[in-house]
Parts: sequence; structure tokens; C-alpha cells
Amino acid sequence: MSLHTISVLVEDKPGVLTRVAGLFSARGYNIDSLAVGPTEAEGLSRMTIVVHVESKSLEQVTKQLNKLINVIKILEHEPGTAVERELMLAKVRAKGDARARVMEIAEVFRVSIVDVTKTTLTVEASGKPEKLEALRELLSEFGIVELSRTGRIALARGDRGIREKGGLRVARAVGAEDSPEWTGGGV
Amino acid sequence: MKVSGAQALFKALEGEGVDIAFGIPGGAILPAYDPLIESGVRHVLCRHEQGAGHAAEGYAWATGKVGVAIATSGPGGCNLVTALADAKMDSVPIVAITGQVPTPAVGNDAFQEADITGITMPVTKHNFLVTDPGEVAETIREAFHIARTGRPGPVLVDLPKDVLVNETTWSWPDQVDLPGYRPTIKGNMRQVVEAAKLILEAKRPVLYVGGGVIKAEATEELYELATVGHLPVVTTLMARGAFPDAHELCLGMPGMHGVYTAVTAMQKADLLVAVGARFDDRVTGKLATFAPNAKIVHIDIDPAEIGKNRRADVPIVGDCKDVTAKLVAELTRRQDEAGIPDRSPWLEQLAAWRAEQPLRYDQEPDGPLKPQYAIERLRAHSDGDTIVVAGVGQHQMWASQFWSFEKPRTWINSGGLGTMGFAVPAALGAAAGQPDRRVIAIDGDGCFQMTSQELATSTTEKIPFVTAIINNAYLGMVRQWQELFYEERYSQVYLSYDVPDYVKLAEAYGAVGLRAERPEEVDAVIEKALSVDDRSVVIDFRCDANEMCFPMVPAGASNDDIITGPEGLQPQDDPAEAPIA
Ligand SMILES: Cc1ncc(C[n+]2csc(CCOP(=O)(O)OP(=O)(O)O)c2C)c(N)n1
Ligand SMILES: [Mg+2]
Repeated sequence: MSLHTISVLVEDKPGVLTRVAGLFSARGYNIDSLAVGPTEAEGLSRMTIVVHVESKSLEQVTKQLNKLINVIKILEHEPGTAVERELMLAKVRAKGDARARVMEIAEVFRVSIVDVTKTTLTVEASGKPEKLEALRELLSEFGIVELSRTGRIALARGDRGIREKGGLRVARAVGAEDSPEWTGGGV
Repeated sequence: MKVSGAQALFKALEGEGVDIAFGIPGGAILPAYDPLIESGVRHVLCRHEQGAGHAAEGYAWATGKVGVAIATSGPGGCNLVTALADAKMDSVPIVAITGQVPTPAVGNDAFQEADITGITMPVTKHNFLVTDPGEVAETIREAFHIARTGRPGPVLVDLPKDVLVNETTWSWPDQVDLPGYRPTIKGNMRQVVEAAKLILEAKRPVLYVGGGVIKAEATEELYELATVGHLPVVTTLMARGAFPDAHELCLGMPGMHGVYTAVTAMQKADLLVAVGARFDDRVTGKLATFAPNAKIVHIDIDPAEIGKNRRADVPIVGDCKDVTAKLVAELTRRQDEAGIPDRSPWLEQLAAWRAEQPLRYDQEPDGPLKPQYAIERLRAHSDGDTIVVAGVGQHQMWASQFWSFEKPRTWINSGGLGTMGFAVPAALGAAAGQPDRRVIAIDGDGCFQMTSQELATSTTEKIPFVTAIINNAYLGMVRQWQELFYEERYSQVYLSYDVPDYVKLAEAYGAVGLRAERPEEVDAVIEKALSVDDRSVVIDFRCDANEMCFPMVPAGASNDDIITGPEGLQPQDDPAEAPIA
């Protein structure tokens, strides 16, 4: 079992999030995180899904996702081939001594303090998931009042876009990927 | 031209060539039932929406066209769910049209509101909630396109009442615009070449034929492939009739209750060429020991099926018709050069197994009536065009085993979902779609009681068919499992031979009711039944309750451990080890 990041380009239609989420639960796959938002193209949204599966099941996940009518394209990010980022907000207990230490940590991590009360500091951090994890770990020492993360978003490295034909590897359809007729969506 | 959403619906259905729809009206769908009166669509008023759904399926199975079911909001739509799930599992193209509460009321728990698009998401290929009358035509167009193309399946279109009532300008799109839906039709030629090479190398090949071959209308190509390549064929429960049973290359049905030779041929094969089949657990038995020495060529339009259960050596995504035709051409070309491989040892082995292990049962002349005998006699009195529809249980397996199929679309059943109650309404739909053909439902007594109300539809709508009830007084298949795996501890499986009285029930529905209790009565009763053509007929075949269905591979067991008859049974030591249905 390992974590995989996939980008799913979908039509911006009602119910599409339910369809995608429903597919994962119906087939027993665990979503680690799911982030969704608009894209460069009107009418299209992009989901970044981090899923915890074996690679054989990942193939099933992407193939099944591809069958959803509203799914346009799927891209599986191999480790190291994508820029992956996440945003985190953490409200940390920071009284007396702790205050200075939290601010120090924020500085070292180059993240900002975006809300201040007498007893807490809210830290805004973005970056690679590993960096956020390290920061969270350090902050947890002071006591985290509440924390929210966006889940990962990702773009493949290089000069091509997900919508470009042949530009990026789409979800594996064994025996079809070489076919010139294969366009990669639905069955 | 100004039209209401409801008028647009029927103009769109006509545009899709729909001649018949099965349904039941109600509050939210009422506006659609008004323009229905003037439309060219014949509406068959069913007695239960599940019946309407299965009728649409039966129609689709029998004709290859898209079946249509109509229901109202809330309970109407909910009653369609079983049929939609059935159609999803068996890739049956149907479009369900449901009424919905008016858009402003959606989400308010209004009277007869159910989130039917939410409910049916996992059991449809796709579904739509239409919110603008201007989108009705386009959505119907897309729904039919999705249902019929690629891997076929059920599509639901939910139409709120105000969308049906409000006006729009009529326009019929020339084409559908579904950027995320482009099924792969054409198979990759490089892969086809690899498949042809494997076939030429194989010493013990088997063509493993699934329902996709019938859906793709690829049975002629398949016939060529088998005969050109001298390849023995197994036809799964979904594919009965895709290749003629009487052909010497036909080994019959594989799987849990498959013919010994079909099951064993797959186990011993060095190559399986799977065409439109999905390596379902009822076919493979224990996956780890299934066809251990076979290389796999897997042809399917759905890439997700390839490699799902069994790794394919040569995967080919594409329409079975296209790929099989290409494979025939490539194989022919190569055989013309290199000659046809000598497969006589394999074919002789298969013939020997067939002779040693035929399907068998004992009908004692003065013993109780055996279900297999009733089915064999029905077949003997019928022609090859007869359409057989089965329920789910022992009778379904016997029907598949003992009916000899000659043509595609003469066998209709619920394979993937195993839906009891499928047969009677599906027979209604099949008879509506093929009015010139004889339709016989071979049903269980348990199954029959789940949907027998559609006999009323048959009578009032003048859509006659024959129902042969294999009345064994039990939920027989469950009884068989309890007998084999639960130490004969029968729990909640007894139904009774005479409650209800099936003959009287048939008559109450305006059908002819007949009964055969002894083997010598069977022929006369069948002759009488088949002489009626203006009314439905129900035959109550009172059969031996003790008869079990063999061969059998217990669930979870290896196909190598096939039990061919009662003498092969071993006592189950530990009931906790009993297989799961
Ligand atoms: C709707 C539904 N409920 C329960 C089952 C489980 N089940 C499978 S076969 C069977 C018995 C069917 O009895 P009958 O129709 O009399 O057929 P027989 O096996 O006796 O031929 C049952 C209950 C099912 N397949 N479908
Ligand atoms: Mg029974």
C-alpha cells in the first residue's frame, strides 16, 4: 500500500463530486485527501486526489474513474514528476514563553502568522506536504486548538498541460494506449 | 415551435425510434402522460415499476434496442432500483424516465420526493436531473447514446414536474456532445497480431465467450473465429446462444453449474481467448487455481474489466465485433501461410470428456417428475427461434444446461445480480419486442411469486407468453446449499406446492392454467400450452423437491474440484467453512 496522487479533469456538472467520491467508497478505496476547484478552462474543474492503494488497485481506480461520463481525463503523478502543494491553517496555543517560540518556528519555516489573540496564534503555511507535516509536528507541542488543510493539489512538471492531446499519460487502458483511435474516456 | 417539456420528451423518444415504453403514471410524471396519448409511443401499463424495469430489460435483450421504463417520483423511482441494478450488472441498455417534484420543492422532503439520481448513481451507467425544459431533448438524446454505445447499461433521466409543464422551443440536436465519453471501438492491430500468434502456438486453446459478444452483434465473427481456427468454445450464462450448442466445437456453459467438459477445458487450457467476458467469480471459481497454465487474450470494450480479476497476456480494448473480425482476418492470413495447427489430441480429449461426463439426471417412468425432464420436453416441442427467459435459482441453471440454443438473443436471464422475479416481466418485455416469436419463461415457484402480477399486464395488453413454473415447493437453490453445506438443516426455504394454486392464479389473471405432476403428463400439457397463442399460459410443473443441480463447483472452491453428481459429495466437516452464496 502506498500513496498516489492523481489529477482528475472533470466537467463542472452538479453531482460530479458525489460520483467521484461514491466510486471510491463503493469500491472500498480510501481517499487520503481530495481538493477540487476551477481550472484554466471554463466548465472544467480539476480534482487532486490522494489515494491509499496498491498499484494494482490504483489501475482499477483510474480505469473506473475514467468510466464516469463527466470525467474527461486522468493523470497519475509518478513520484517526483509533479509539483505538489498544500495549504494549512493552524491555531496554536501561544501564551507567555510559547509565543516567541511559535513565532520563531514560523520564521524558520517562512510561513506567516495571520491571526493573533491573547492566547493563540494562527499560522498560515503552504508548501510541500512533507514540510506542512514537519511544521504541524513542531506546533503540536504547544497545543493545536484547531487545524485545517486543503488537501494536496498538483501540476505535472514540464511545459505540457493535462488537456493537451498526447501530452501526458492518461489513465492506463491496457492494450489501448497505443491505439491511435484511443481517446481515453468512458466505456 | 413551442412545446412543453413533456411534449419535448415524447418528440425526443420518437426521435430515438422508441416504439414502446413500460411504466406506471403518478403525480410528478402526470404531465408526461398527457402528450403520451397523441405520441407514437405505445405505453404498456405494468402493475409494478420493478416489472416495468425488467420488461424494458427483456425488450432490450430480445431486440438489441434500448428498452424504456417510465415511473413517477419517490416510490415509483425507488421501485425501479432493482431493475436498474440488474441492467447495470448485465450491461443491458435501458433508459428510465422518472418524474420528480417541481424544482422549487426539490430538497424539501416534498410529497413523494426521493433523491433518485443520488439513489441510483451506483446502479446506473449515468443519470441526469434535468432542470430546464430546453434541455429535455438533448438529455434524452445523450441518455440513449450512453445506454446503447460502448459497454451498454442503464441510464436514468429525472424530470421535475415544472420541467415537464413549462414551455421551450423545440430543437433536436444532430449529435451528442459528451467530451468525457468516447468508448474505444477499434482494437489495436498490434495487439490483434499478438493474439493471432498466441492462437497459432496454442495446443489447448479455448474461446471463452461472454455476453459482450451478443451485445456487440459479433456472433457471426465469433463463429468464423471458432471455425477458422478450430477453437473449442464455451458460452457463459450471459452468452448462451452466441454459438450454437449443437456445433461440435461447442462445449456448453462453464462455471459453478457448468458442463464438466467446459469447466475442465478451461482448467486445462494453455490459452483462453476471452471475448466480451469478465472472469466473473461464478465462472472462475477460486481465482488462484483458475486455468493455471493458460495464457490470456482478453478482448473487451471496457478497459476496467481487463486485468481486473486475471492478468491478460494480450489485452485488447475494443468492440468485440471489430476486434474479432480483425482477429479472423489475421488468423486466416497466418494460417494460409503456415497451415492450421494440428489440434486433434486436444479435440479428442474434449470429445472423450464429453462422452464420459454428459449432463445427466434420472427420470424414472413412475417416479416424481424431474425438472430437467420437463425442460427437455419443452425444448423438444419448441423451435430454435423460441426465446427462453429464466428466473434465478436451480431452474435457471437447468434451463441453461438443458435447453439447446441455436441463435443469439434466444436466452434472457439475470446473470450478474441474480434477481429473483426477473423472468415474468422480462418475458413480457421480450414478447412485446418480438411479437412473432414464442417466448417461454422458465421460472421458479419462489421467483414467480415475486412478480407474477405482470400476468395481468400480459392479459390486458395482449402480450402473451408461456410461463413454465418449475414448482419444487422450495427456494430450491437455497435448499440445495443448506443440504450440502449446512448439514441438511433446512431453514426458511419451504414454500409449498399448492399455495398459491398456480392454475387458479393463472386463470384469475385471464391466462390459461395447466398442471403436470407425472412424467407421462408432460408432453400433453406442453402441446396444449403451445397450442394457445392468444393468451398467456402458466404451466405448474410439480417437480421433485429433492432434485439437486449438478455439476457444481462450491463457491470459493477450485474448478478442479467440480462435483458432477450426488455421489461426488463429501460431507462438510465444519459448517463454518461453508461457502458464501
Ligand atoms: C430478490 C432475491 N432474493 C433472494 C435471492 C436468493 N436466492 C437465490 S436462488 C433462491 C431460490 C429461488 O427459488 P425458486 O424461484 O423456487 O427457484 P429454484 O431454485 O427452486 O429453482 C433465492 C432465495 C435472490 N437471488 N434474489
Ligand atoms: Mg423452487
